[in-house]
Amino acid sequence: MPENGHWNWEPGERVIHEVKDCDAEVSWLEELHASPDGEQVAVVAKLEEGYGVCVNGKLWEQTFDRAWYPKFSPDGRLTALVNVDGEWTLAVDGEVWPETYTCLWNTLFSETGDTIAACAQADGVYGMVVNGEIWEQLYDTANEFNLSSDGKRSAAVVVMVSMGQAEIFTYQKGCYSVAVNGEAWDNRFVNAWTPVFDPSDKRLAVQTRSTLYDYTIVVDGKPWSQNFSATWEPRFNPSTGAVVAPVRQAGKWGMAEDGRILWDPTFYQLWHQAFSPDGKKLYAIGAPKYGRWTLVENGSPWPLTVGDMVEDLTVSPDGARVAAAAKEGGRWTFMVDQSLWNSWYEMIWSPVFSPDSKHLAAKVELPGKRYTVVMNGKPLKETFEQCWEPVFSPDSRSVLIRAVQDGKFKRIVAGVHDF
Amino acid sequence: MSEAALAQKIDDPGLDETAAKLTPERIRTTINRVLQQENSARLKAFVGTCVSCGLCSDACHFFLSHDRDPKYSPAGKVKQTLWEMIRTKGNVSQEFIVRAATIAYTECNVCKRCVQYCPFGIDTAYLMTVVRRICHLLGVTPLYLQDTSHSHASTFNQMWVKDDEWIDTLQWQEDEYRDEIPNLRIPLEKEGADFFYSVIGPEPKFRTQLIGQAAVLMNECGVDWTMPATPGWDNSDMSMYSGDLEIMGRIKRAHFETARRLRVKRVVMGECGHAYRSVYDVGNRWLGWREMPIPVIHALQFYWEMLKEGRLKVATQMEEPCTFHDPCNVVRGMGLHEMARDVVRAFCSNFIEMEPNREQNYCCSAGGGVINCGPPHTKTRVLGNRVKAEQITATGAKVLIAPCHNCHGGLEDIINHYKLDVKLVFLIDIIYAHMHKSNAI
Ligand code: SF4
Ligand code: SF4
Repeated sequence: MPENGHWNWEPGERVIHEVKDCDAEVSWLEELHASPDGEQVAVVAKLEEGYGVCVNGKLWEQTFDRAWYPKFSPDGRLTALVNVDGEWTLAVDGEVWPETYTCLWNTLFSETGDTIAACAQADGVYGMVVNGEIWEQLYDTANEFNLSSDGKRSAAVVVMVSMGQAEIFTYQKGCYSVAVNGEAWDNRFVNAWTPVFDPSDKRLAVQTRSTLYDYTIVVDGKPWSQNFSATWEPRFNPSTGAVVAPVRQAGKWGMAEDGRILWDPTFYQLWHQAFSPDGKKLYAIGAPKYGRWTLVENGSPWPLTVGDMVEDLTVSPDGARVAAAAKEGGRWTFMVDQSLWNSWYEMIWSPVFSPDSKHLAAKVELPGKRYTVVMNGKPLKETFEQCWEPVFSPDSRSVLIRAVQDGKFKRIVAGVHDF
Repeated sequence: MSEAALAQKIDDPGLDETAAKLTPERIRTTINRVLQQENSARLKAFVGTCVSCGLCSDACHFFLSHDRDPKYSPAGKVKQTLWEMIRTKGNVSQEFIVRAATIAYTECNVCKRCVQYCPFGIDTAYLMTVVRRICHLLGVTPLYLQDTSHSHASTFNQMWVKDDEWIDTLQWQEDEYRDEIPNLRIPLEKEGADFFYSVIGPEPKFRTQLIGQAAVLMNECGVDWTMPATPGWDNSDMSMYSGDLEIMGRIKRAHFETARRLRVKRVVMGECGHAYRSVYDVGNRWLGWREMPIPVIHALQFYWEMLKEGRLKVATQMEEPCTFHDPCNVVRGMGLHEMARDVVRAFCSNFIEMEPNREQNYCCSAGGGVINCGPPHTKTRVLGNRVKAEQITATGAKVLIAPCHNCHGGLEDIINHYKLDVKLVFLIDIIYAHMHKSNAI
């Protein structure tokens, strides 16, 4: 999250824009997208001929054969994937990148938003485009793309050996590798998945299988010494640099660190692990009993469980608290501090902690397709046709609510105690 | 040699070349590990209970189509595979493994029809999946099925569709169908939509019209829907059938987590049978979910809902005589047969039941991953389902509706081989042709 102290944190409500308004003849307006600071709302507009992008009612000068995937970068620039004369490129605040590609998709941002990247196919070969520049080396296929938080490194799983139809024996010899900034590791894998960078953006870990049955984690090209019957995505300890990943042994899941078992394989499922910033606490989502889900803290499951699902694990900035979306009997609530909030919702979004870790807020859906923001279990009085995930002020006293009410896109700054 | 006997001699490098490399030690340890560690109580109960009464035999289309040859009876298939593995404590030959794989992967559709006939409820289909698991761990799998599982592992879909090809297909279908419905949209990545529409690999690959037709249906019904622009869009699961349960889990997780990422309340899936089994029974449970974490409903349920809510309106009815093939996984598995009939009757004025029907219906013989075993095994499944050809012919119908992709592939081959005078369609083909389209020009 980039610094947001310079945003307008004056308490109160301001109408930014009537969402139906656009200064051009449009056939229709698509989904609304709010900027992180709530000062802008963008929408793709279908025009009589082609598409445009409308920001606070003003159409970008250039129009396109197609425009989609509008995304605000964390620093508030608006991007869209656009097609001009059958070729794809990316538009940033209305300016297109000079190069075009056969296809461009899945826009990614660095943490501060200064780097914008996308996955690309250029004349049948694949790679990534970072700030408008494509990898020097491209591959017959590439997927599982990722960008480091500083935006300096990009990674993907790439194919090194081209395979004909149904060449199962070639496949099983290992045709895939991992490319960083376009350069492939020397290793060959039967499969590789989920490349992840460490917090300093220098190291990279992936899940691999070296035969159909031997799964492990490979860090900077070096596999763990131990194989497992399955793995999930690895994570780096921000303090020690150790790598942890859920691993499956004898039909149950545990957590391994650098190849050794850290949490015994006693879980029916274990995934989405995340460290506290000091690396001392490791949290995960797990099923200690078949069909019962909870959060796991340093290997110990919380005593309460839900039956449907636990997702969106979020660690507080101080690392002492963790929250997640929990579903039971078809309804959603939040699991935090070893308990569940009292109210249940039709749908919920990721929980958001305040910078001081004391408050927890989230966007929720109420019956009748109305939306609001809930703070520490208490809803805002107002409800909306649409709203976005809340953003806390740096002093943790206020929260920015971006919402549509009576057809108007509003920017509301509320105190954390106004709920 | 008789046609049936010919069908048994099959060259498949996925079976022969791989089995030739097996050591007795690897065979024995793999079998014993699966029998002891992966499947205990249920397996022992089933295998120990069978009294060889033969009541299940007449349930199986392979048995009936091969003039009641006991080799093709459900219990016969278990006897030739699992019983022998248990009796010998895993001391079986390479040739035995090839034959066991051939039976489990290509002569049984794991259709569960026989389960209904066994007085003890012995689930032969489950037992055949145990054999398949053993064969997968030995690396002895039909070549084309293995290739499909590789595709799942590499691309998260069953047809090697690349990330950008998927997006391109959806945008192209949207453009294509705007000729008829100018305001048609396929909303990609619409977070918070009511549902995400999921399809299987063959749709973007070569049955693209099904996506376009579904989009027309969604638009006309005025529903709040989306499709993901990322892997996770494919609900299919041939790894479940090849026995690569680890890849099955990986792709099912991607499917359910894509639904969660999009904040949808449920998933509506297209007309596919096996994918339904994977989301409601096998894949979800392997991952530790007792039920579906986010409900998935089949197209048949969705059409039915839209019709009952008055959102889907019938403009005209198809008059040609038609019949309906009940796909095993959505009918025996989930009991959607009456909903299906309600929709068929609404759109077709001359509907004729196949006999037997509903949960008693015979499998198409393509199910259970058999069609994905590819050309070497086509004959096995076509000759193994003469009864289906007879069933269809007896209706006198000119149109055969099959709301499942694998059923389609299988029935197409049956129609060609037995020279049936019938046109094969998906239910959406009929709905699309006969629904009221208020936005059409
Ligand atoms: S094909 Fe169906 S009826 Fe025949 S043995 Fe297999 S599961 Fe039973
Ligand atoms: S009906 Fe049941 S008990 Fe009888 S032969 Fe078949 S599986 Fe065995």
